[in-house]
Amino acid sequence: MKTLAQEKLNVVNTPVEKVDGKALVRGKPVFTDDFDIPNTLTVKILRSPYAHAIIKSIDTSAAMIEGVACILTYKDVPHVIYTRAGQGYPEPSPYDTFVLDRKVRYVGDGVAIVAAENEIIAERAMKLIKVEYEVLPAVLDFEHAMDEGAPVIHDEAEITGAYDPKHNIAAHYEMEIGNVEEELKKCDYVVDEVYYTPNQSHAMMEPHGAISYFDPNGRLTVITSTQVPFHARRILKRIFGVNCRVIKPRIGGGFGGKQALHVEPYVVAVTLKTGRPAKCIYSREETMTASNTRHAMRFRARAGAMKDGTLRALELWGLSNTGAYGEHALTVFMVGGSKTLPLYNKVKAVKFGGDVVYSNTEPAGAFRGYGAPQGTFPLDSILDTLAHKIGIDPLEFKLKNSIREGETSPIFKIMGEGREGVDQIINSCKIEECAIEGAKEFGWYEKRKRPRIDQKRRIAHGYGVAFAMQGSSIPAIDMGGATIKMNDDGTFNLLVGATDLGTGSDTILAQIAAEVLHTKVEKIIVYSSDTDMTPFDKGAYASSTTYVSGNAVKIAAEKMKEEIIKAASEIMNKPVYALELDEDKVISDDGDTLSFSDLQTKLFYTFNQRQLEVTESFVSEVSPPPYLVSFAEVEIDLETGKVKVVDFLNYIDCGVPINPVLARGQVEGASAQGIGMALFEDHVMDKNGRLVTNDFFTYKIPARGDIGSIQVRFAKSYEPTGPFGAKSVSEIGLDTPGPAIANAIFDALGIRMRRLPIRSEDLFFEIKKKGL
Amino acid sequence: MKVNLKINDKVQSVEIEPGETLLETLRRIGYKGVKHGCSTASCGACTVQIDGRPVLSCTTFTAAVDGHDVRTIEGFSDENSLSDIQKAILEEGGSQCGFCIPGLIITSEALLRENPDPTEQEVIDYLKGNLCRCTGYESQTRAIIKAAKERRSK
Repeated sequence: MKTLAQEKLNVVNTPVEKVDGKALVRGKPVFTDDFDIPNTLTVKILRSPYAHAIIKSIDTSAAMIEGVACILTYKDVPHVIYTRAGQGYPEPSPYDTFVLDRKVRYVGDGVAIVAAENEIIAERAMKLIKVEYEVLPAVLDFEHAMDEGAPVIHDEAEITGAYDPKHNIAAHYEMEIGNVEEELKKCDYVVDEVYYTPNQSHAMMEPHGAISYFDPNGRLTVITSTQVPFHARRILKRIFGVNCRVIKPRIGGGFGGKQALHVEPYVVAVTLKTGRPAKCIYSREETMTASNTRHAMRFRARAGAMKDGTLRALELWGLSNTGAYGEHALTVFMVGGSKTLPLYNKVKAVKFGGDVVYSNTEPAGAFRGYGAPQGTFPLDSILDTLAHKIGIDPLEFKLKNSIREGETSPIFKIMGEGREGVDQIINSCKIEECAIEGAKEFGWYEKRKRPRIDQKRRIAHGYGVAFAMQGSSIPAIDMGGATIKMNDDGTFNLLVGATDLGTGSDTILAQIAAEVLHTKVEKIIVYSSDTDMTPFDKGAYASSTTYVSGNAVKIAAEKMKEEIIKAASEIMNKPVYALELDEDKVISDDGDTLSFSDLQTKLFYTFNQRQLEVTESFVSEVSPPPYLVSFAEVEIDLETGKVKVVDFLNYIDCGVPINPVLARGQVEGASAQGIGMALFEDHVMDKNGRLVTNDFFTYKIPARGDIGSIQVRFAKSYEPTGPFGAKSVSEIGLDTPGPAIANAIFDALGIRMRRLPIRSEDLFFEIKKKGL
Repeated sequence: MKVNLKINDKVQSVEIEPGETLLETLRRIGYKGVKHGCSTASCGACTVQIDGRPVLSCTTFTAAVDGHDVRTIEGFSDENSLSDIQKAILEEGGSQCGFCIPGLIITSEALLRENPDPTEQEVIDYLKGNLCRCTGYESQTRAIIKAAKERRSK
């Protein structure tokens, strides 16, 4: 098998500038809301003030004031059930959503679509719509969604794919390998605890938004801030029965929040009704309260180990809140087990399962980590507790029991995304380097010799470590395509469906193409994510772009290389085996050269005339996990319970980072979001189900200075199935901050915090109880 | 009503609605580099400079800026060159999605004018009002320290 030392790399593994970087730092008009199309209607959504209600009557006549083009209610839009989740087809999420329905299921659910000449008129009209509601009892606490007699949220006849909607169960899953109950009885030490993770908001800087219009030839076109343009096109076709072109411009962050259809059906409904361009840009409040959150989860976590530190049994039994609609319900929940438990593959028994329930709260959806942060928090926390019980270093305990190169886990085969998974042997796993070198870098052993509590200054310091894995793509399901076209000026167009949402995927895909074609990134002109122009790609999710789209680009570039050499052989009158690519030209073994520009020019005008162009696709049979060991140092104010992350060190095995600066940025950013989820980001709902935390004043994401230092180190790793040895890097960083910080607090104070975010007031009362 | 604004050194007479914010006016007349992130003066994406000071345009009435000097991101570089802050941001990976970047650059320009040699802590303190959800801030701090150094050496 190939290793990194065998790769001679010129472009890959170097920090080239982002291909869209200059436009972004210049503030060019590249985002959805920056596009002005003449004659565009402004679209606003009237939203439900009630968590659960039936629309008894809706009267729009008084609202049809001058300047209003149309007002659409549930009577005016197609009554087609679908899922907003942008996933492979057929989707594993239940079909439980209409564009507008007679029933509203959370505060913020859509009631009417208003389209007007401008925003002022649209807002005035919204106030004039008369809606009479029959308010129903609501399920606001998801832990009571399955109670006897709980209100039924999805009683529509059309619903399909939900597990047991009459009892508010959107999805259910369970699996067991061995017998956890029996194995726990044999263990010297057992931990059995309950953990909670919150309904974190994505809080991407660019709110949701979309524009739709008919192009001059009557083709319906949608410009939208989406991670899934091809899924969006397919779902719009299902709802409205029309074909369309979906264009993804630059995206102002998504983090999974844009792996669903939010705005697109509203603008398309207006354009189809009026024939006019329609634009809808969500306010921050709508983005916060009426799109998606992370699935809040509760896990009962059990683990057992022997005196010698051998982990014997593991169980995660969960309850997940999917809110009013079931997008990503089953799959996010399963990832809570499938991308966490294989890390500890030496156990004799392992069990995972539980329910995903509906409630009358904002729908949950995909969010960076996709269930793995929810599963890693309880899993890593109980292992930490076990290590303390046994009396061994938690770092050594976790390392001793974790997976190694050449090994596998039966979970890979049993658990996929919404269905069975695939068998895989781990080809690259540098978790030992991550743990051992990370410990050195962090000063793990020295720091843990220090005293933890300074009573004089009333502060405490603690040190925690957390281990995580993720995946690289959804194997045997998700496909990416790439087209490469050669131009006579010596450049190439790289057309990909892959969806750069700020991650830099356009750049790293260009690097991969440039590496194969012996050219520079500047010569690779990337066009991405236009469903009429680029080949299909599943979209940006499941840590798949580098791996799946990257492999597609690599295969396409290799094919293009073959085509170039074949054409050059005809022109230069040399055998194919005597030719190689080198710095934008073909060279022969006797020193003849032909530049790419001359080659394609000849092919255009004078010799064996043809356009060199190739399209290739890639779908993976495996999903090689990246690995991460994170170390946290926290400082706790004993007077207030305030926790400050002083130092957060990530040691990651993501294979070969295609672009080290961009890869580092992915880990740093994910760490910050994870620290936000661990300490700051707390949604508060009033007794009627309205989110009180509906803006950046009340919902606290980490600001500059809220976090000490975040460090990133890369393990020397090479994944033989990845493009140039790469695995995924974008999600895994979010898995570790919760448990690493909680473990550090436990290390400092002996207090085990089992609910994220760890609010200072909660910790304060624990400190009081302990008399510290 | 009509107001006269000097935007990026160009004097413009603009017809506005009463109660219109500077964010709305600037975006309407084509300065799309001014970003709308929150409406509650929390995120800093809409930052512009008024008479050289960073100001949140989402909570500034256009009428109040009549006769003043407004500078948007479009006024900090041209098609042929980038500012040293812009370059450093690209080199350090300080821009991922890029949505917060115009506001960040405008605030950073004001910082470096007031304090050409800021410490890391001073950068963090000055830029606290500019939220970023992508980067975790580390790369942006590195970039601004780097740009400051570059600027001092000129």
